[in-house]
Amino acid sequence: MYDIALIAVTALVIAATRFIPFLIFGEKREIPPLITYLGQVLPFAIMGMLVVYCLKDVKFLSAPFGAPELIGCAIVALLHLWKRNSLLSIGVGTVAYMIMVQLIF
Amino acid sequence: MNKKALKTVFLDTVPVLTGYLFLGAGFGILLAEQTGKGVLWAFFMSVFMFAGSGQYLAVSLIANGTSLLSSAIAMFLVNARHIFYGISLLGTYKGAKAKPYMIFGLTDETYSLVTQNQPPEGMSKHKYCFLVTLLDHIYWITGCTLGNLAGHLIPINFEGVEFVLTALFVTMFVEQWLTHKNHLPAIIGVASTVLCLAIFGSEIFLIPSMVMIAVLLTVTRKTGRRRTDV
Repeated sequence: MYDIALIAVTALVIAATRFIPFLIFGEKREIPPLITYLGQVLPFAIMGMLVVYCLKDVKFLSAPFGAPELIGCAIVALLHLWKRNSLLSIGVGTVAYMIMVQLIF
Repeated sequence: MNKKALKTVFLDTVPVLTGYLFLGAGFGILLAEQTGKGVLWAFFMSVFMFAGSGQYLAVSLIANGTSLLSSAIAMFLVNARHIFYGISLLGTYKGAKAKPYMIFGLTDETYSLVTQNQPPEGMSKHKYCFLVTLLDHIYWITGCTLGNLAGHLIPINFEGVEFVLTALFVTMFVEQWLTHKNHLPAIIGVASTVLCLAIFGSEIFLIPSMVMIAVLLTVTRKTGRRRTDV
């Protein structure tokens, strides 16, 4: 019973984090200009936040000092600057990272 | 709906497919190992929670017998970033038929795809967002249940494959950088999160990061305005 209750409660909390903005600024209410502005610029800030979030558990102070992650990100970014093909950047970067963590570091 | 358009949507979601199958499988295996729970649990958790870090956290909450209140608070801290997604999609999702489902399924990855990509020709933005959400949900459920059922049978070493999602976000970041002149929001996003991670540690840094991002974006908006006034 406890397990089911825990899953139900946490599932509701997760859904709440997703629904909150839509509940506050419903279909009919006028959205304040500041919120509209934040909505426009947030995607750029969030993508940066998510990259850092993905790297949050990397230990930069002990060997290998986050090298596979940093090199992996650099490969993805440079390849994307060069070819601008999302699947190519993501695919090559991921394979390179797997090789690094499995065989090198 | 034509096949070409559907194919375009599918190709957009391929990185998420890869990431979700493996991350989902990781969850399924962990759930089996740490709590002894079987495939029905993996299935229902992936259907109703649909959150990567949230479900990994739930496994340890269950395994440790954490109280409901503490669990709810921990879950909020880990998932509060979703609030930002809603704020930036208020306009995009307005009037969509499947809006409640699209909001329910708003993961990091779905958010990145729907904010970054345009729908293929002949498809409405609402439909595109709905299809991406649904496909991502199916990938996630598949990964979680298969991992729980047969994760221990996989003989190949997939260590490091979770990097596919990091790579997805890096690609989106670069793409946004190339397509928009104003880089300040991107810089604010990275700098605030790095700073808060260094100060608060990896457990609770997301909320302070979000506050800092919101404040800095608001402040820089005002200076931009004054400049145009002059």
